[in-house]
Amino acid sequence: MDLIVFYLFATLAVIAALGVVALRNPVHAALCLAVVFISLAALYVLLSAPFVAAAQVMIYAGAILILFVFVIMLLSPGVDQGAGALKWQRPLAAVFGLALAVELILVLASAVLPAARGQYTPERLAQIGDVQAIGALLFTDFLLPFEITSLLLLVAMVGVIVLAKKRVRS
Amino acid sequence: MPIDYLPILVMVVVVIAFAAIALTFSALTGPRRPNPSKLSPYESGMPPFGSARRRISIKYYLTAVLFILFDIEIIFFYPWAVLFRQLQLFGLIEMAVFVIVLLVGYVYIWKKGGFDWD
Repeated sequence: MDLIVFYLFATLAVIAALGVVALRNPVHAALCLAVVFISLAALYVLLSAPFVAAAQVMIYAGAILILFVFVIMLLSPGVDQGAGALKWQRPLAAVFGLALAVELILVLASAVLPAARGQYTPERLAQIGDVQAIGALLFTDFLLPFEITSLLLLVAMVGVIVLAKKRVRS
Repeated sequence: MPIDYLPILVMVVVVIAFAAIALTFSALTGPRRPNPSKLSPYESGMPPFGSARRRISIKYYLTAVLFILFDIEIIFFYPWAVLFRQLQLFGLIEMAVFVIVLLVGYVYIWKKGGFDWD
């Protein structure tokens, strides 16, 4: 049952991700991005991480995507006609894309990917709760990164004021 | 447990089915007698002018970014609130440091007039 749901949402995510890249209309691409985010949230639920799933929906599908749409509205790029590409862009993209694909196939064919396993198994998570598990780590072992996050947000606040706010002459 | 999320999946399926059925049936069974006012984008409204794809003001971008920043801030409060009793005074202090740093940013935005529209 879990496997069926996984393949359903994984396929949806991959198709929508292709749509983000391939669709010419930026608004359609943004809509596909929303589908990608929500599919990923469903995959997090399957991994017994409902808090991460909720954060994914709230932050990515809710906030980050709004920023994408705002940038589309600010720039109003219209529908991309495919013109204006650099002269060598297409052949170069084909060569590098092919090289990357060959590399990926070689690596994936030869290696067994070890699944990252921490001390939190699904059973343990179900017992203590995933919010508790995240919080217990975040507020003890990873306290410094947590506090640095506030500095990161502060930098972003200052940055957006400097970039987007007209200076008031006084 | 993933099975607890079945109602959401059921709701998604019902919503898609409802939208598909409503659109299909009204397209198949409804009479089609168009006239110019029915075909206008807003019936009994103001006719639209200009392109909808014009650029919007940068002020909206400011609002959007500030929303995201405080949205991210809020997501950290949730696990903290769940664990508040276990963390005790230490938890209060570490969240106070977090909030004070962000409060500096809040005051900065306020003083720079980030909350004024003009």
